[in-house]
Amino acid sequence: MLAYLAVSLTFDKCSINRYRSGIGDGPIRPLLEVKQLAVDFHLHGSRVPALKDVSFALMPGKTLAIVGESGSGKTVTSQAILGILPNTAEVTAGEILFTDTDTDQTVNIAKLHPRSPQMQDIRGNQISIIFQEPMVSLSPMHSIGDQISEAMLLHRNVDKNEAKNATIDMLRLVGFPHPKQAIKQYPFELSGGLRQRAMIAMALICHPSLLIADEPTTALDVTVQAQILQLIKSLQKELGMAVLLITHDLGVVANMADDVVVMYHGEVMERGPAKKLFKDPQHPYLKALFSAVPHFDMHEGERLTPIREIQHNIEHFHHHCTPWTEEQRKAGPHLQVSNLSKKFTNRSRSLFGKKPEEQLTAVSDFNLEIECGECFGLVGESGCGKTTLSKMLMRAIRPDKGKIIYNDRGRMVDLLKLNDEELRAFRPKMRIVFQDPYSALNPRMTVLNTLLEPMVIHNFGDRAAQLKRAKELMGLVGMDPRYLNRYPHSFSGGQRQRISIARALALDPQLLIFDEPVSALDVSVQAQILNLLKDLQKELGLTYLFISHNLAVVDYIANRIGVMCRGQLVEIGHREQLFRNPQHPYTKALLAAVPYPDLDRPLDFELLSEGRHNVPDYWPAPYCLSDDTPSQLQEVEPDHLVRVSVSRQQEIQAS
Amino acid sequence: MARYILHRFMLMIPTLIIISFIIFVIIQLPPGDYLESYIAELESQGESVDPHQIMILREQYGLDEPFMVQYFTWATGMLHGDFGYSFEYGLPVTDVVGDRLFLTTIISIFTIIFTWLIAFPIGMYSATHQYSWGDYGLTLVGFLGLATPNFLLALVMLYFANVYFGTSIGGLMDPKYIDAPWSWEKLESVLEHLWIPIVVIGTSGTAAMIRRLRANLLDELHKPYVVTARAKGVPPFKLLVKYPLRVALNFFISDIGNMLPSIISGAEIVAVVLSLPTTGPILISALQSQDMYLAGSFLMFLAILTVVGVLVSDLALALLDPRIRLQGGTSR
Repeated sequence: MLAYLAVSLTFDKCSINRYRSGIGDGPIRPLLEVKQLAVDFHLHGSRVPALKDVSFALMPGKTLAIVGESGSGKTVTSQAILGILPNTAEVTAGEILFTDTDTDQTVNIAKLHPRSPQMQDIRGNQISIIFQEPMVSLSPMHSIGDQISEAMLLHRNVDKNEAKNATIDMLRLVGFPHPKQAIKQYPFELSGGLRQRAMIAMALICHPSLLIADEPTTALDVTVQAQILQLIKSLQKELGMAVLLITHDLGVVANMADDVVVMYHGEVMERGPAKKLFKDPQHPYLKALFSAVPHFDMHEGERLTPIREIQHNIEHFHHHCTPWTEEQRKAGPHLQVSNLSKKFTNRSRSLFGKKPEEQLTAVSDFNLEIECGECFGLVGESGCGKTTLSKMLMRAIRPDKGKIIYNDRGRMVDLLKLNDEELRAFRPKMRIVFQDPYSALNPRMTVLNTLLEPMVIHNFGDRAAQLKRAKELMGLVGMDPRYLNRYPHSFSGGQRQRISIARALALDPQLLIFDEPVSALDVSVQAQILNLLKDLQKELGLTYLFISHNLAVVDYIANRIGVMCRGQLVEIGHREQLFRNPQHPYTKALLAAVPYPDLDRPLDFELLSEGRHNVPDYWPAPYCLSDDTPSQLQEVEPDHLVRVSVSRQQEIQAS
Repeated sequence: MARYILHRFMLMIPTLIIISFIIFVIIQLPPGDYLESYIAELESQGESVDPHQIMILREQYGLDEPFMVQYFTWATGMLHGDFGYSFEYGLPVTDVVGDRLFLTTIISIFTIIFTWLIAFPIGMYSATHQYSWGDYGLTLVGFLGLATPNFLLALVMLYFANVYFGTSIGGLMDPKYIDAPWSWEKLESVLEHLWIPIVVIGTSGTAAMIRRLRANLLDELHKPYVVTARAKGVPPFKLLVKYPLRVALNFFISDIGNMLPSIISGAEIVAVVLSLPTTGPILISALQSQDMYLAGSFLMFLAILTVVGVLVSDLALALLDPRIRLQGGTSR
């Protein structure tokens, strides 16, 4: 506790000094001023401009957000400021003026050689950065203590012991529960949120005056995102540092930024105070960005407007399935899951010494019914078992117990009882689309071969028919059939995801499972894909199981929504019921953690700061669950069910 | 950790028993035995052989015993250091091999050091200066080394060493020291001869290692954690050594498993060309003349070294890479 106090005291001194240096000479000088910056990339002998005439200024202690899609030049800007541009890039014009707050001297970073000692001294000391993917941005071979203290040993005249103590203090400050033990841990032993906290500790160990946050929360769950944003905000206040926030999420911007710069294709489209830009966006691009984000206030049937609408072609597509007859529908729900459970075992004998055998319950006693033609949304944080569930439905892993019944046009099929031959014949009916379009497509197969493969495996027509269908599929997802001979690397993330969707549709499936299909995509592309999925569902009469951690996305596309935590559904209902009248504390926490692109609805950080929202022991009665209390779903209104512990429910009935 | 090492040692025992059996079967596979090929050779030279003497020899070495008994005698003998008797040399196997094993080890260790000393700086330079003239030039030299047959290079170097430095042709020392006891002059002579086989055997390995190091480093150089370290202000050379090189090092360590056996078997043909008193040529001639115990013991050495080498590299990997140390054993 004392150490913590000492740390915060020194921080306060720093921040006071910084403000004083600003007050000292009349008008406050910007900490960072970028003037007419231009950066070119040399690619195969030709020059490609990455930044054109970019200018903005960042005041000490303030937050500036750079907003844009991928490829807009946000990251190149941050790399230029840190002097870590790739070898193929070159600053061709402009200035990056950085004012050292302690000495009040201004240097032009654009003129410094990136490998010069002067630049090395600025990097990690006065300007530091945190990245999007905390897993790959930390070295897997070095303990986090080693990586955090490294910056301090480089820039400060301290010995190992002092650096170690400072590291422990810093880890405590960023919210590590056991900082002394944590310094010996390796990144892969930590959860995503803790990794990002370690990354922040590393960036802040030298008390920089400027922190660049490059999509710091994009890879994290909403609730963890809210915690990390709060952490950055409070540390900013404590250390008096400025933050350059790079993001594509307008909701994050609304909660964090004082000023906003909107970038598109390497140019600044609009720039100004956040208040002004959110109340009265001027540039059409910014307006388009706003209308591409799904939000909770959308009316039934309201469509997102993507920045570039895609035209898909249904007329020429030959769909082999007739609409369901009433009789077929009556036979039962399209997919019925009952008492599905899966446990993973952590082998007791690891390489070194004994560990107690750990059993991890991924999915426990899971029940779900999906009706024909509906889109069921499944929401939950990472680690709640949603992907395990989807894999079990696809029979990629075998459940420990339970039943999966599929309505095959009136004939009820128990999927877990199918033998290999029957399973093969069943496969075309139920297909899956994965999260990461970059790794879901084989980089050594052309789009044509990717689309043909399922048809070849299942003997779908002759060769000519298959080729014709591949072309139709491309039209169906709004892509040019001429692209069939290209390889996946020549497509953007959104295009690749459309190819994945086309592949899933190749065999006329009835039910599609989407496992986080848009979470790796930009907002504008996300809107394209969501609209496409909505249209296809209607036109082809498909049933969807849509898995996502983004509530707004699920709200946009799904009819009914289930909230999943610790391998169980805790709440299930129609989308209006769930979002207007959430019952379960976990659902409420998830809803509260979604940042709105609206300045008047800031996140309630206090509510989220404890991080106990996903621990069933801390839920208030009657929702409180522990391993030995049985629970069941209870109806609060028609079709709206909430999980409560059974004993409590009986008590209520008794009274 | 101790438990793991113990476990691995326990596993080595059945492995080695199986290997020894397979080796013995393979050696016995060709028709006949050493004595038969010996008789055939003598007869082809027109000499007569006393059948009685042959009978005595057969009895003495148990060549008439059933296969399993022969194997058992050999295998149990090895346990207390008796590797059998070399017919060709008329000496116990240990006496034939002893000195040569020492010299082979010296050559091999120096070769490995030579390979690393050359390959590491060049590989690091090539990776950090990809597609530069330096990269292309060094790559070309490396491929030349890889493509030139070792025995040819050996002949060429022997010639030049003799013409320019007056080094005697072949061998690892001047002929006058061969049976002399070890002395400073003998050591000097050994060092004078040593560099030729080291360079010859080393070149091909060097080129391969440069390419592998370059490829591995290139994979790592653009990983985000390297960018993170650069953004921290780590100086370029320290950065290279601490982060990407450390990760790229894994393949070197897993290589130890292959390296140990090559210490005694490596480069047989070069050794023949250079007439080095190493173990390689003996192994070849022992296999040709069906000198079963000598060949068998050799192959057994190789097997033991392989098994030990794999163990050493596994342990080193676990020590160096926390991912292997801490994540091993978890199943999904």
